[in-house]
Amino acid sequence: MRIVVIVKYVPDATGDRHFADDLTVDRDDVDGLLCELDEYAVEQALQISENSDDDVEITVLTVGPEDAKDALRKALSMGADKAIHVEDDDLHGTDAIGTSLVLAKAIEKAGFDLVVSGMASTDGTAGIVPALVAERLGVPQVTLLSEVSVEDGTVKGRRDGDAASEQLQASLPAVVSVTDQSGEARYPSFKGIMAAKKKPVESWDLSDLEIDAEEVGLAGAWTKVESAAERPARTAGTIVKDEGEGGKQLAAFLASQKFI
Amino acid sequence: MAEVLVYVDHVDGAVRKPTLELLTLARRIGEPVAVALGNGAADTAAALAEHGAVKVLTHEASEYADYLVVPKVDALQAAVAAVSPAAVLVPSSAEGKEIAARLALRIGSGIITDAVDLEAGDEGPVATQSVFAASFTTKSRISRGTPVITVKPNSAAVEAAPAAGSVEDLAVTFSEAATGTKVTGRTPRESTGRPELTEAAIVVSGGRGVNGAENFAIIEALADSLGAAVGASRAAVDAGWYPHTNQVGQTGKSVSPQLYIANGISGAIQHRAGMQTSKTIVAVNKDAEAPIFDLVDYGVVGDLFDVVPQLTQEINAING
Ligand SMILES: Cc1cc2nc3c(=O)[nH]c(=O)nc-3n(C[C@H](O)[C@H](O)[C@H](O)COP(=O)(O)OP(=O)(O)OC[C@H]3O[C@@H](n4cnc5c(N)ncnc54)[C@H](O)[C@@H]3O)c2cc1C
Ligand SMILES: Nc1ncnc2c1ncn2[C@@H]1O[C@H](COP(=O)(O)O)[C@@H](O)[C@H]1O
Repeated sequence: MRIVVIVKYVPDATGDRHFADDLTVDRDDVDGLLCELDEYAVEQALQISENSDDDVEITVLTVGPEDAKDALRKALSMGADKAIHVEDDDLHGTDAIGTSLVLAKAIEKAGFDLVVSGMASTDGTAGIVPALVAERLGVPQVTLLSEVSVEDGTVKGRRDGDAASEQLQASLPAVVSVTDQSGEARYPSFKGIMAAKKKPVESWDLSDLEIDAEEVGLAGAWTKVESAAERPARTAGTIVKDEGEGGKQLAAFLASQKFI
Repeated sequence: MAEVLVYVDHVDGAVRKPTLELLTLARRIGEPVAVALGNGAADTAAALAEHGAVKVLTHEASEYADYLVVPKVDALQAAVAAVSPAAVLVPSSAEGKEIAARLALRIGSGIITDAVDLEAGDEGPVATQSVFAASFTTKSRISRGTPVITVKPNSAAVEAAPAAGSVEDLAVTFSEAATGTKVTGRTPRESTGRPELTEAAIVVSGGRGVNGAENFAIIEALADSLGAAVGASRAAVDAGWYPHTNQVGQTGKSVSPQLYIANGISGAIQHRAGMQTSKTIVAVNKDAEAPIFDLVDYGVVGDLFDVVPQLTQEINAING
């Protein structure tokens, strides 16, 4: 079985994230890392492999700038077998629709039975790339799973929605996304980190995927950010120390704001 | 006037509040035409008409409940073909975003997710989004195709605006992909009797400081005194003290109520991502240095086991 895990390299959420002059996410001045939510995808791929009687090959795939190699290394050190990095200057500013095109082409070129992704990227947070990739590949989407298993060419999982918890099932090939409820991701072991250094990382550009530069990047994006403004800092509030009357003081505040 | 398609989120015909908010926003751009699918679809018409839907396109079929996402995309695509709308608005639930994304790709349009406001513009609707854990506000529009926009709950007021709301059957032919992912079982969530977290006007949350599942009774009592929904931080959820469906934050629900009360929550960036756009923020925390205090309109530095019960008692006394 060939599993492709799609992972994103994102600016650190605890750092000072901001926009570049062209209103794209600034990826130069902020430290980046493997999206924490995609670690869960790598983990589930590893578990599917460990629970399988077949030979499983796990490829991690990212579309991103040069530094995105760090994200691939991390996934390799967790235990993935090989990596593919799609990198091209013309990709700068690509939106979710464009990203899904590049991912789908790369996944097809790599060959796959199962695609595993995270629930959302921590910078974009849209959570739509897995559905878009499934649409493009023309295979079932089995998304937002908090539990997943693969047996006899069928993927099963549990999706905890707002109104109900659903059991889902689809035949491979398929696209799966997993949530942060699917189980803690493992830490890379020392051995894993050393082994990762020898694992193959292939680099592909747009011409390798037969994608025109006009289809992607800022110019090819189907959405346009017109302005970005830092949210004004909240005006400093009143802070009181509880000396026995804290609850009453708070009630008085809520009453003054007409909440009571 | 141009028509705007609004995807209806309903449970057996009962329209959920975020859809009514979408009708308010849709009226800023054109005439709302609602699309209601699945069991009870036609029963949505009265509520939709009352809030401005000129037409309600309905289609009932077992596929909507038996298979994931794609049947709904097929139907919405059929509605777009039938109406040629100026825009398509979908509530920003996890499923809503997936439906909208696949629709956008199929009709060759751009997509904007998680808008918190929407205005008409010269070159099409302009959506406001709140990004990077709500530290930035962006304005965007769609530069290609029919704008497809998903909108977060609590982004607009529900307004009465009576319109015809005439019900019409939508003709839908399901694609081959529609039956790809089967729903083999469904366990409905049990109702707590409290308001829906994302729709509530007031949210009362508890974090690691609540220190145990049994202690959440204190948080619930405060919530009930205010008619509020109950939220929890991931630390409280991971500890098994409260269900994941109540988690507020990046990987939980994003809420934007009139009032948010954080109890025993430090205010980590991932938590803030889900509550920072609340109108009024209040916190109770025993650590004066907790980052949540940077956000508050009113904060009490103190032990929540003293402050919260006193507050609840006071509210109940005032309310008589
Ligand atoms: C990818 C990712 C996604 C995440 N998603 C989310 C998310 O969706 N939601 C979320 O909440 N977190 C999320 N987190 C986790 C987040 O980083 C924090 O770990 C979490 O929010 C901490 O929860 P807490 O504030 O309850 O706990 P803590 O940070 O431990 O804070 C507990 C607070 O309680 C106070 N306290 C303790 N006892 C008392 C008392 N008796 N009275 C009053 N105050 C008391 C303490 O002073 C402290 O400030 C995510 C993390 C990652 C990496
Ligand atoms: N540039 C990318 N490269 C690889 N995978 C990605 C990329 N962008 C998004 N993904 C995957 O799609 C998921 C959802 O992303 P998003 O729709 O941006 O929230 C992520 O968790 C990743 O698994």
